[in-house]
This record gives sequence, C-alpha cells and structure tokens, in this order.
Amino acid sequence: MSKPAETKVTVPMLTVTDLKRVFDVSAPWLNRLLEGKGRSIVRAVDGVNFSINQGETFSLVGESGCGKSTVARLIVGLYEPSDGSINFEGVEIGSSVERAKHPDIQGRMQMIFQDPYASLNPRWRVGDIVAEPLRFRKLLPDNAAVDKRVGELLSQVGLSPLDARKFPHEFSGGQRQRISIARALAGEPEFLVCDEPTSALDVSVQAQILNLMKDLQRKLGLTYLFISHNLAVVYHVSDKVGVMYLGRLVEWADTQTLFDRPLHPYTRMLLDAIPDLDMTGRSRTPVAGEVPSPLNPPPGCSFHPRCPLANERCRRDVPKAIAVEGGAVACHAVEENRLPPWKAQAAA
Amino acid sequence: MMLPTARVIEFWRKTSDSDIYWSFTRSKLVMLSALITLIFFIGAFGAPWLAPHNPFDLASLELSDAFKPPVWEDGGDAKYLLGTDDQGRDLLSTIMYGSRISLMVGFLAVIFAMGVGITLGLVAGYLGGAVDSFIMRVADVQLSFPAILIALLVDGVSRGILGEARHSDFAEAVLVVAIGLSYWVQYARTVRGSVLVEKSKEYVQAARVIGLPGPLIAIRHVLPNVLGPVLVIATINLALAIITEATLSFLGVGLPPTEPSLGTLIRIGNDFLFSGEWWITIFPGAVLAILVLAVNLLGDWLRDALNPKLR
Amino acid sequence: MTSPKLLEVKNLRVEFPTRRGTLVAVDDISLDISAGEVLGVVGESGAGKSMTGTAIIGLLEPPGRIAAGEIRLEGRRIDNLPYHEMRKIRGRQIGAIFQDPLTSLNPLYRVGDQLVETILTHLPMSHAQARDRAVKLLEDVGIPSAAERINAYPHQFSGGMRQRVVIALALAAEPKLIIADEPTTALDVSIQAQIIQLLKRLCRENGTAVMLVTHDMGVIAETADRVAVMYAGRIAEIGPVQDVIKRPHHPYTVGLMGAIPAMGHKTERLTQIDGSMPRLNAIPKGCAFNPRCPKVFDRCRVERPDPMPAGRSQAACWLVKEPAHV
Repeated sequence: MSKPAETKVTVPMLTVTDLKRVFDVSAPWLNRLLEGKGRSIVRAVDGVNFSINQGETFSLVGESGCGKSTVARLIVGLYEPSDGSINFEGVEIGSSVERAKHPDIQGRMQMIFQDPYASLNPRWRVGDIVAEPLRFRKLLPDNAAVDKRVGELLSQVGLSPLDARKFPHEFSGGQRQRISIARALAGEPEFLVCDEPTSALDVSVQAQILNLMKDLQRKLGLTYLFISHNLAVVYHVSDKVGVMYLGRLVEWADTQTLFDRPLHPYTRMLLDAIPDLDMTGRSRTPVAGEVPSPLNPPPGCSFHPRCPLANERCRRDVPKAIAVEGGAVACHAVEENRLPPWKAQAAA
Repeated sequence: MMLPTARVIEFWRKTSDSDIYWSFTRSKLVMLSALITLIFFIGAFGAPWLAPHNPFDLASLELSDAFKPPVWEDGGDAKYLLGTDDQGRDLLSTIMYGSRISLMVGFLAVIFAMGVGITLGLVAGYLGGAVDSFIMRVADVQLSFPAILIALLVDGVSRGILGEARHSDFAEAVLVVAIGLSYWVQYARTVRGSVLVEKSKEYVQAARVIGLPGPLIAIRHVLPNVLGPVLVIATINLALAIITEATLSFLGVGLPPTEPSLGTLIRIGNDFLFSGEWWITIFPGAVLAILVLAVNLLGDWLRDALNPKLR
Repeated sequence: MTSPKLLEVKNLRVEFPTRRGTLVAVDDISLDISAGEVLGVVGESGAGKSMTGTAIIGLLEPPGRIAAGEIRLEGRRIDNLPYHEMRKIRGRQIGAIFQDPLTSLNPLYRVGDQLVETILTHLPMSHAQARDRAVKLLEDVGIPSAAERINAYPHQFSGGMRQRVVIALALAAEPKLIIADEPTTALDVSIQAQIIQLLKRLCRENGTAVMLVTHDMGVIAETADRVAVMYAGRIAEIGPVQDVIKRPHHPYTVGLMGAIPAMGHKTERLTQIDGSMPRLNAIPKGCAFNPRCPKVFDRCRVERPDPMPAGRSQAACWLVKEPAHV
C-alpha cells in the first residue's frame, strides 16, 4: 500500500492459459467398427491465451465454428477444458474438481445467452426465473426480501416490478434479453460472460441492450467477456479484442489499435467485409474461399489456404504469437516483416 | 389474495380464452367423445349409487331370473333393463360395476407405466452415455415383444410366486403392474427424446451456470417442459390399457368371475352367444368398444391441439 | 421517371384471419421497381417486409391472403392469377432466393438435375443445351470445377456454395426480377461480402431487377439503388439509398440509422429508440410509430400519415407537412 499509485500493477481478473478443448464427434463404436472408420476429433479450442482486467470488456470475434462460444462455456464451467488453465483472481478453476472447491467464485460469474427465446424456462414466471440464483444460494432471509430484490432487479434493467408475475412468452425478444440480464445480475456477480447477447435482436433493440449493458458496467463495475461475430458491435463495446480462427487466437489488441492497424490477414479480411454504411466507394476485396472444416483443419497456419501472403513456412509451421505494440499477433508474415501496409496507413 | 370464487372466474376466463378450449369447441366429434366418456365415467365410478341392483350382493340374486332378455324382447322384465346373465345378475348393473373395475385398472396401469417411463426416460436423457444406452436397449428389446405377451409373462410369474389362491386377492394389483410394465417404453422414449431437445436449450445451461445440481435441473426445469407429449400418450394409452385388461380377462388370466370386469363379462357371455343369449356378451362388448373409441378420439384431438405445427 | 415500371405494387394489403380477429401484416403499401434496379426493403422482424416479397411471388401461406390492392408485372396483373399460371411466372419471370439455401434445394436431387429441370421447364432447349447452360450458370456464380460439381448433391456444398447454387437456380430461366429474402443472413461475414458482390455483378450483367429484403442496413447501403423502410406493415420512408441513409426524414429511419454501431468514431452510447415495434394485434391509432417517436405531436396520435414527398424521398410522417414541429 505504500507504493505510489503509478507503479501499481493491475492484476488480471481472469487469465486463460493454453486453453484447449476437443470434442469427440465420432460415430458410435459399432458403426466405426463396421465401416472401418477411425475416431474424429474436433479441436474446438486449440491453445488460447488471454487475460481480462477488472472493469474491462474483452471481446472475442470470429466466424461461426471458430470456437469463441466454446471458450465462453469453458470459462463459466459448462464444459471442462481438455487442457490448459483458467485462473480467476489467482484461483485455478479449470477442472471441474477445482471449480467445485470454489462455489463462491462460480457465484461471482454469470452468463447471458444468445437466444432470448430459449434462455428462459417457458413454464416459469419471470419473478421465479430472476429469483432462482437468490433462492438457490439462499442469499436473502425470506420470500419478502427476495420479491423486493426481484422488483429492484427488474427496474434496473428497464422493466416493471409488476412484470414478475408474467410468463416469458408475454415479452418481446428485447424484453426477454432484459429478463436474462436481470437473472444474471441477481447474485451480484462481478464477471459476466455474454455470448452473442444481441445477435438475435433487431438493430434498434440491440442498441437498447448494448446501452443497458454499458450503463450497468459503469454503475456496478462489471467485467465483461463479450462474444460476437459483429465487428461493429465489438468495436462499440470493447476495450480489448481477440480475433479467433479455427480454435486459435490469431490476434489480440486494444480495440482502437486493432481497428486502426490490423495486422493479421484474417483480421484485415474481416474488417474489409463489414458492409460500408458511409458508401465512400471503398474498394472491397472479398477474400476467396470459406472456413475449412474444423474436423480437418489445414496444417501450419490454419488460415493459409485463404491468405494472400501464405508461403511455404505458413503451410508447414503453426505461427506463435508475437508481442506487438498494443497486443499480439500469430502470423509468419508479420514476423518476417512482409506485411503490406493497411489501407488507412497507406492513405495517410 | 383472491377470493376462491374470483379465482374460479379467473380460471374459467383463461380457460375459455385458451387455444385448447377453442379447438375443442370447433369439433362436434370431439365434444361428442368427451360427452360419452364423461357419461361412462359417471356411470362407472357412480355405480354403487346409480346402479339399479348390486350384482355382488349374493342374497338378492335369484337364479330363476337368469337369462332374462332385454326389456324390449319377448320375456323381458322391466326390473332388468338390459336383461340378466346366467346367474340372474342385472346386466346393466354388472356392466356399470365392470366398467368401474376396467377403468380403475386402466388408470392405475397408465399411472404406473407413466411413473416408470418418465423416470427412466428422464434419467436416460439427462445422464446420457452408458446409462442411456442401457435403458434404451432394454426398451428396444421389450418393444420387440407384443405388449400382451409381456403382460401374460408378468401375470404368469406372479401366479408362480403368489400361488393361485393368493393371486386372486392381488389380481387387480398384478394386472396393473402387468399392463403398466408392458407400456412404459413409449413414455420413456418420448420423454428421453424431449429431454435431449430441452437439455441443449439455453435455459438449462443458465441453470447450470447458477450452480444448480443436475438432478434438480432435471426435475425443476426439464421435466415440466417434456410433459406435454406424455399427456397425449397417456390418453391414448388409457384406451389401450383398458383393452389389454379386457383381453387378459377374456383369456381368463385377468380378474376372477367373482369380480367381473368388462373383459370377464364378455368371456362369460361368449359361452352363451350361440345358444341365443346374445345380450350377455354384446352389451359389455359394445360398451368397451364405444368407450375405447371415445377415449382414443379424445387422445387424437389432444395430440393435434397440443402440436403447434398443426394449429 | 420515364422508364416503364417492371413491377408495380399498389395499395397492397395482406391479412391473416385468426380467431382473435384479422391481423394486417402488410397495410396499404405501394412501391415499384424499374428494370435493372435494386430496391432494398429494410425493417425489423415483424415489419412485414418478407410478407411483401412472399405476396409478390404468390406464395402466401393460407390463411394469409391479399385483401386489397394489386400487383402488376410489366403492366399485367399477377396477384389474382390462378395457381398454375402463377407457377409459370415464378421461375420464368420472377426468381426467388431465400434465407436458408437448404429450403430452396431438394436434398434428394443432384444440383445439376435441379438446374436442368428449371431450365427445361421455362426455356425451349434440348436436354444437352440445358446441361451446358447449367454448367455455365454454376461457373458464373463462382463454383470451382463446375462441370464435376454439377453431379453433387446439395449437402456436399458448404453454406456459401449452396447459396451460390440457389442464385444460379434463381437466374436459370433469366427472370426479369429476383426477390431475395435475407439472402446473406445465414452466412458468415466474409461469405456475405462474396454473395453480395456476386448478386450485384450478375444482376448488372443480365439487367435483372432485384427486390432485396433484409434487416441489415449495411447490405442495403452497398447494394441497393433505392430503399423502402418498413415499420409495422407500412412503408415509413422510401427513396434513393443515399438520401435515406444520409438525410432521413422519418424519425424511425433517423433512429434506425443512429442505432447501428458505426465504425471509425466510437461513441459512449448508441442512439436508441425506446420500446419495441407493436405486435400486429395492437397497432396504435394514428401513426404506428407515435408511441416511440421523440417528435410526436397531436396529429400523429389521431391521423395516419401516408407517404408524402420529402426531398427526393417519400416519408409517411406529419413532420413533412408540418415542419414547425421539428
């Protein structure tokens, strides 16, 4: 405490090290035996490293099947990692055994899901849904206190305390997502994992939810892990961004750095693909090809079949992350200094 | 807190506004089925109060009244509306008491099958893996035998264990278990299928993130959401269970003649069918057929009404 | 404009009778598309944009029905044609691309056979000619080694490739108009860009007009010449795409544009329109947007505005008539 403020090192709230998760998607044993096929393994998350500081929003972006949602589910404990560590404020919670030793930590993290129509039990009243964490953890002495708290929570997310008596089907998609947020906030968590919370919503409702999430973050000092495929949304909400491709983190950086000076060719491709509202006549070069099947990823850098800069080494070796200003990137082209300048830089 | 009458009014307002009630009032056939089922239920369960005679009261039986034809035939007696059987029992009363036993056995068997099937289906679907494989393979094996065979097997085994004399004391319970065990597979399969769908939904994942233990999630969250299709099967199964009971009793392995169900009545009457006393077997048979048809029609309607795709 | 209209929709009204009363999904909308033009139709879910497209190709699912208005293709009324005549028009004169490519392709037929069948139904060609044309079409939509892939089944293509096949299928009989309903929504961002470019290029080359139905303003901005913004079954604003995006007149369009997170300049809060779009059974009196409108005044609550000229656009808003309230 005697140290001056400027030398204080911020300890990350969550640190993920070499996180891996494989899924066995093989056919049943008998089928494999008869058809003479081997096991098929999907490396959904293949060695991911990042850390999130208190009060920050860290976003993971990528196309479908890149493993971003799996990372989210690994962190909240819906899946168990195949390898690697998840460290929450110095406590290891990777394996389910370790996680079970720390129910307090499980209580400090919560999740908001993508589909507001599937994330609320259709047979429960809204009040019971929101109160579930309170009742299960016995956080409050009696029912009257629970009801009062549920009313507060509903008001906090912009609904009426009277809505507690209704059923989920009486609400629109945006309102359901508010209920989902109220439930997540009930146990007063500090860390929220948001898995595509607005991608099922219309733009005007998306704006409401994003504003609400930002307001809550400011008011309650929340830390977010934000999962999305929408770069514009990510740009708007996050402090740091990680870009995932086929189970690996190919680049991460401060939001401004990443969007101003993207390094990895895949990041550049994603930025290029954002439809241009300003219609400045920017020339777009859609990258050919599609995401390869995660069942059979290409060797070396998994992006090389689509990459304009790929060479022999890219086809052979998996690139290691190298630190750059404001973040890190895993690309041989960056390492070998043969990356063309990005448009914004070229124009300047 | 609402007053009870206010609650009833509120309940009725909601019911009469619901899609199910609307689809109910749209079909005359369904309403007719419901009416018939209701009349039979009242007749059966109200038998001790509504029946004109008590066929089990041996003192009131007069053998001279045996083989009376229905009242509109020559030699009919106004005392016996549908005639009498070989022991002089009033056929209408016997049918009412008989349906009571048939329905009771049917209901209990369905509840038993539901209990076993839902529990196993929920366990199999929620746990998955080896437990799931084991339960479902057992179900597959059982499905390859006709239900009546399973019921006969259970009945035979229980006779072996209990002995013939004690068996008749437990005849009803044995029937319930025998029929119940032959129909649980359907429930287990349906529930397992729905559980697999519901389990992957995000509200279940949300409950897991909150930290709820598995069994609690399965019972509190998953179970209420898989009961819709079960209700439909239960209705259709009620008809099946009644028929199975009748078949077993007809074959003579069901309820004893002292405690006749509809099936027993048909069997007894069968002996006299060709000697001219047709009514003894035809009336119980007709009651059985109409009851089963009405319940089945109700089940079909319920299945369609609860299926959002057909609405 | 002097060029003849390819498609004219006048006062179209689509109703869904239900037991709780009739729902009006599309309420008195008028729009037109010239040959070779791309008209974007944008709106939030339930705004009636897809229903408009479905009504035009005559595929409304019963009990939905066209209750009023007319649809003309090259001056000929097509909204009241018998089923078999409408079927000739579908495919031959109006092609369709839907959100999910799997629903447009028969999983049991090779894609080549589906293409050949469509071509033979509508164009006077021999089987061999049709097959050559099918290969040519697949090459046009960017399917590598088309001559071999023509024998593949739909499930052997990836999502993006499948949507390319659907586009080839829609273009097979050289229709004059394509109704594309959320053609890129189910696809990944990088694939979206490819499909949009492809659609644009093919339509320019063939002079095909497109009605592009989507919720994604970005896609519209890149693709469309004109855009119609729909709200609660009605057109809120329609005009050249530049004008609608840069100088919107209707407060709903203003709010919609502000709600899209913009790249380049980071804002602390997005503009938000409070509330949500009314359900079809509870559309408010007057202007349907009035309960959410920041500039609402008395007239909006009682009288329903029809689209009226506003600059180069048309906007259904009383502010256009009474600018004093702005």
